[in-house]
Amino acid sequence: MASNDQVTVELWRGDGKEGQFVEYKVDAMEGEVVLDVVHRIQATHANDLAVRWNCKAGKCGSCSAEINGKPSLMCMTRMSTFEPGTTITISPMKTFPVIKDLVTDVSFNYEVAKKVPSLKIAPPGEDGVRRMYQKDIDRLQEYRKCIECFLCQNVCHVIRDHEENKKAFAGPRFFLRFAEMAMHPLNTEDVRTAAKDEGGIGFCNITKCCTEVCPEHIKITDNAIIPMKERVADVHYDPIRWIGRKIRGKK
Amino acid sequence: MAQFNPTDIETHEFDVIVIGAGGAGLRAAIESLASGASTALICKSLLGKAHTVMAEGGIAAAMGNVYPDDNWKVHFRDTMRGGKFLNNWRMAQLHAQETPDRVLELEEWGAVFDRTEDGRILQRDFGGHRFARLAHVGDRTGLEMIRTLQQRAVSLGTNVFMECTILSLLQDDSGQVVGAMGYWRETGKFVVFKAKATILATGGIGKSWKVASNSWECTGDGHALAAWAGADLIDMEFIQFHPTGMVWPPSVRGILVTEGVRGDGGTLRNSDGKRFMFNYIPEMFRAETADTEEEADRWYNDKKNARRTPDLLPRDEVARAINSEIKAGRGSPHGGAFLDIYSRRTPEYIRRRLPSMYHQFKELAGVDITAEPMEVGPTCHYAMGGVRVDPDTTATTIPGLFACGEVAGGMHGSNRLGGNSLGDLLVFGRRAGSHAAQFATSASAPKASESQISQIAKEALEPLNREGGENPFDVLHNLQDTMQDLVGIIRKESELSEALSKLDELEERRKKAAAGGNIQYNTGWHHAIDLKAQLTVSKAAAMSALARKESRGGHTRDDYPARDDEGFGKINHVFRWNDGTATLDPETLPQMPPELAELFEEGTH
Ligand SMILES: Cc1cc2nc3c(=O)[nH]c(=O)nc-3n(C[C@H](O)[C@H](O)[C@H](O)COP(=O)(O)OP(=O)(O)OC[C@H]3O[C@@H](n4cnc5c(N)ncnc54)[C@H](O)[C@@H]3O)c2cc1C
Ligand code: SF4
Ligand code: SF4
Ligand code: FES
Repeated sequence: MASNDQVTVELWRGDGKEGQFVEYKVDAMEGEVVLDVVHRIQATHANDLAVRWNCKAGKCGSCSAEINGKPSLMCMTRMSTFEPGTTITISPMKTFPVIKDLVTDVSFNYEVAKKVPSLKIAPPGEDGVRRMYQKDIDRLQEYRKCIECFLCQNVCHVIRDHEENKKAFAGPRFFLRFAEMAMHPLNTEDVRTAAKDEGGIGFCNITKCCTEVCPEHIKITDNAIIPMKERVADVHYDPIRWIGRKIRGKK
Repeated sequence: MAQFNPTDIETHEFDVIVIGAGGAGLRAAIESLASGASTALICKSLLGKAHTVMAEGGIAAAMGNVYPDDNWKVHFRDTMRGGKFLNNWRMAQLHAQETPDRVLELEEWGAVFDRTEDGRILQRDFGGHRFARLAHVGDRTGLEMIRTLQQRAVSLGTNVFMECTILSLLQDDSGQVVGAMGYWRETGKFVVFKAKATILATGGIGKSWKVASNSWECTGDGHALAAWAGADLIDMEFIQFHPTGMVWPPSVRGILVTEGVRGDGGTLRNSDGKRFMFNYIPEMFRAETADTEEEADRWYNDKKNARRTPDLLPRDEVARAINSEIKAGRGSPHGGAFLDIYSRRTPEYIRRRLPSMYHQFKELAGVDITAEPMEVGPTCHYAMGGVRVDPDTTATTIPGLFACGEVAGGMHGSNRLGGNSLGDLLVFGRRAGSHAAQFATSASAPKASESQISQIAKEALEPLNREGGENPFDVLHNLQDTMQDLVGIIRKESELSEALSKLDELEERRKKAAAGGNIQYNTGWHHAIDLKAQLTVSKAAAMSALARKESRGGHTRDDYPARDDEGFGKINHVFRWNDGTATLDPETLPQMPPELAELFEEGTH
């Protein structure tokens, strides 16, 4: 996209009760991202537009939305990725109730976080040092890259299509936390039962939709959920797991 | 018309409230709870999104894991020299002594730092630190820190009020702070927090400059809340311009490029390809800085026999050097300098050590940092000045009010070393939590006056009830231009005076700003409110800068380019706000005891 092109944006405006797409025509400068364009709409056309953001560099996970239907971070989606002249549609994340415009009520995730057990780290060794080796923590560090954008939670069909599952299903972001505890070299707390009972990891049927949207490129399914399911299976027989295997690949 | 009904206002009561949920606020809340006080944590964004999440390079702590010679005294010395001796010595001492324990505590709570070969916490080189001492996780240390603290605070059952903005502190007749009042961003409804002790942990002020690394939250609310309540602010002229922000494309201008790039081997070059930092070594650092490229490169692996690269001089020096190169016509195509790591380290090394820099440049600028140089330039990054506190307890000059983290002043003097903020948050966050909780045990039940509450509500609603006033975004953008152009990296008297008169005009325009739309999650309204704090804090910065007729750390005067150690080097500027009138007074700096002063006798000072 060349500098100072005009773009047409269909932006969802409304509150929890009602709303509609509103069309805005604004300038987009060279190198800009979708969040820049949203901010320009806000500064020039709609001062009261509600949108979350903090870092504008893909580090805080605040600016999640659906752009042309694709769950993405607005600050990491460059305008140059769209064909010139096309209309860009921006809507709030679908799985969470809308508060206003692009802002959704993500409190579900904060409630789940309260239920995730905490790890208990073993005391230091005799020389007073807690030792861990880099090769043993590479995997944990991958999980801990999570910026809590909740895009994986938004896209997981277990909650997206079945509101009632929210009670029994922690979701992919939190499976990372269970996996982290299970694989932490110094953690002494066994979380396998909690992952099954409170986390509902058995409901996951390994569709990998979560991995596809993760802006941090965490291999949530392959590197966390599957190894975690295996560990859970060691203590519990898990029938969904083999059903999952059968329908894997199918969305 | 939005109206306030005082009878149905939501009210909560706690022993301790903490305003701000960055590293400092979270650490304070954890300690306050652990001390047995009922505690609330209040923040403008969602939990875990505070500015701290963006910190990259690491936490400076003299653990000696990589260089056993390191200890708190060396760290203390580096901090004081980096701050050009304007630091509160006692804060710098406590910080250097306590950070190693605070880092280990994070590990106990689940943080997973990068490791040395023998399984300890790895430490990296950073500007102004004699030894490699930054505990880190790649270049996303802030994320690790905030997540660890957040999970700890949640598991302890902290009461969290998120997307709730504090408008004002509440005071009783004696002036004691007895809580705070704010509004929910979602509904616009007001909420009162009565508290025996209140901790400010609101972070920085960078959003009043146009090119800044800071998030929208950094509007200096805590600085202003404290000043309005009558507390002292010190050193407000000292603003850190980080030497390496992104410069292109325009929409990412100011986003930070971690100093870790240079710590891990990157070097600055001008348009002739020359490593220009060798031309900018100041007298104070000459004895310990390499003067040839060969020695500088050797230093990365041999700290005993080689001196450190000038690429890692303290930030104020590097920012000024880049600025001079650009002015001399030797800048990069988009008005910065080149930062080159691609020709000096392997792509695998770069991707492993600096994954988020790799990602950030690739996705936002289309630049592959393993194959080409970055373009970088100064960006407004950190406020050294802040609320004056007692070093041991973090108590401000008003009873019932404590402050920690970036909002507090003193620790960093005129210039902060990289990595010294995250440690500051932990050390003084913990102290604030424990002393506020202790204060609360002896304080009587907080009494807030109803007329004060009505007045705060009335004023907050004005922008919503005004018809046809100014667009708050226009006022904000003009403020950012004013501070950028007139209170920037290089300052002079005529421009600072001009800034002050512009700020007065902007204050008048702020009072006429109108937010259209309704009261729910209305960003225009939120900005109109934030502007009040931004203008107070900008005024404090401009007044202090005008009064300091010397150059030191994050304050460079074109008309007074030299340091004045005998005069201004011995004073702090104290800013006070008395019923709408701002005053500035010089006060003598606290003196270091002889046993610490001795540390500076060998070598240049
Ligand atoms: C990109 C970047 C990289 C950095 N890297 C490093 C590094 O490697 N090492 C280092 O030591 N330092 C680094 N820093 C500096 C450091 O991150 C900050 O100084 C530090 O995180 C500030 O923490 P804080 O807890 O004081 O405040 P913040 O983290 O800024 O948190 C402030 C909190 O206050 C809340 N708040 C503000 N106003 C109100 C209000 N009116 N009502 C309610 N809540 C309010 C906010 O919502 C937020 O929760 C970096 C900074 C940036 C920008
Ligand atoms: S892989 Fe599992 S957790 Fe991920 S989206 Fe599919 S069902 Fe949900
Ligand atoms: S795992 Fe990835 S997609 Fe899910 S919340 Fe974390 S960063 Fe976002
Ligand atoms: S604004 Fe932080 S991830 Fe987009």
